[in-house]
Amino acid sequence: MSPRGSRRIGGRVPLILLLPALLGLAFLLVPLLGLLAQAPWSTLPSRLFSADVGQALKLSLLCASAATALCLFLGVPLAWLLARAELPGRGLIRALVTVPLVLPPVVGGVALLLVLGRRGLIGERLDLWFGFSLPFTTAGVIVAEAFVAMPFLVISVEGALRAADPRYEEAAATLGAGRWLTFRRVTLPSIAPGVVAGAVLCWARALGEFGATITFAGNLPGRTTTMPLAVYLALETDPDVAVVLSVVLLAVSVVVLACLRERWISGLR
Amino acid sequence: MFRRTVAVALTAVAALAVAACGSNEVPASSTAGPAGTVTVFAAASLTGAFTQLGKDFEAAHPGVKVVFNFAGSSALAQQINSGAPADVFASAAPKNMDQVTGKGTATTFVKNKLEIAVPKGNPGKVTGLKDFADKDKKIAVCAVQVPCGAAAKKVFDATGIVAQPDSLEQDVKAALTKVSLGEVDAALVYKTDVLAAKSKVEGIEFPEADKAINDYPIATLTKAKNPDGAKAFVDYVLSAQGKAVLTAAGFDAP
Repeated sequence: MSPRGSRRIGGRVPLILLLPALLGLAFLLVPLLGLLAQAPWSTLPSRLFSADVGQALKLSLLCASAATALCLFLGVPLAWLLARAELPGRGLIRALVTVPLVLPPVVGGVALLLVLGRRGLIGERLDLWFGFSLPFTTAGVIVAEAFVAMPFLVISVEGALRAADPRYEEAAATLGAGRWLTFRRVTLPSIAPGVVAGAVLCWARALGEFGATITFAGNLPGRTTTMPLAVYLALETDPDVAVVLSVVLLAVSVVVLACLRERWISGLR
Repeated sequence: MFRRTVAVALTAVAALAVAACGSNEVPASSTAGPAGTVTVFAAASLTGAFTQLGKDFEAAHPGVKVVFNFAGSSALAQQINSGAPADVFASAAPKNMDQVTGKGTATTFVKNKLEIAVPKGNPGKVTGLKDFADKDKKIAVCAVQVPCGAAAKKVFDATGIVAQPDSLEQDVKAALTKVSLGEVDAALVYKTDVLAAKSKVEGIEFPEADKAINDYPIATLTKAKNPDGAKAFVDYVLSAQGKAVLTAAGFDAP
């Protein structure tokens, strides 16, 4: 949007920064290259189209997308509240929102079990009144993924909201628009890149979710076995399959991030 | 100047403290027998019994520290083959022991068999193995990769019961946890797990369990960093004291 993003520092890059930078880059890339080098390329297609892999991939994509939709539905209003509303203890609330970001996902899974499990505070009511329980269901996977991924969306959208110029909203208000209309027609379009960036991060995080999922939703092929769970279990019996699954997950992540990054996230700078 | 003196003094005190701790842990090198840290990779079902054994072993061999890594036997075998620093491996099935390369002779030290675990009060009204085929009941069994899952498959195959699990857990303790939290109506775990969690779960024995008795082998690893300690620990597990602890935990003699 602004030329700030393309600002360059003139002169040579000092060696003292360059060396650790290159080391850091290698540290992030070498394991991924190792994965590609070890992949059983000759048998990859046949393994790839085996029913198990397809099932896990389909479930992963479905759950990550549904979790992102849930996060958008709940997270955008939450971000708006944090950025715009007059809230007492806003700093504290913001800190609490980011807790799942730093919490080990397994702990998140345990917490979800204790609240939404069949004997949990809320889960018990759900089971009693509706005969419905979340653990061991695909819905449970979506809940676990949304729990872990939502902070990414909220932080991203809140940042965009704070950076947006509130004068447009004020102008809309003086012209007689209500708060909801203003939000829909003025605020939301102006923060769209932030929302999309947050949604992409949220989706990517949900796609890779393991700890909360296996703890809260268990592991059953076709219902709750997402790709990361399949990778983990395959590693114990057939490491080659684990590598194939990992390569698929890697490819999906890279393609999605690359496509969206060029188009949307760059708009944030 | 004063500040620096204090800092130097504090550093000296800290160094002394560290030295003192160190001298407590490492016995004089002249004493014979095991020393240092023994790293034991053990099947999840051994968690309770081996934790106790480890404490007893440490008491019998002052200066030795036992560190455990409990997980599904298949995960442990994979970790050891990938170079994880283990001195001893105790598996819940010979199959996972066979997967490990570079080990001493494996000795079977206990046997274990499956039992049905249900939450206290048996809310799902589970009576026997046939309930595992009931779609309306929430059921957990171990994934077939881990020994308890392999044993469960053997039992189901032998009886012709088509299990309808809601989750395939990655080790037996995870399956047990789902029962003790009341998330499932029943899970197939080991007899010893039911005993270890008897305040939270109830066990239902079933005759078909005899069709899948698990042998637990233990072996030292050739890449052990502490071969003396590894041998001493295995000897201790096989000793009369070791047997007593394992039997108290519900394991059967081999």
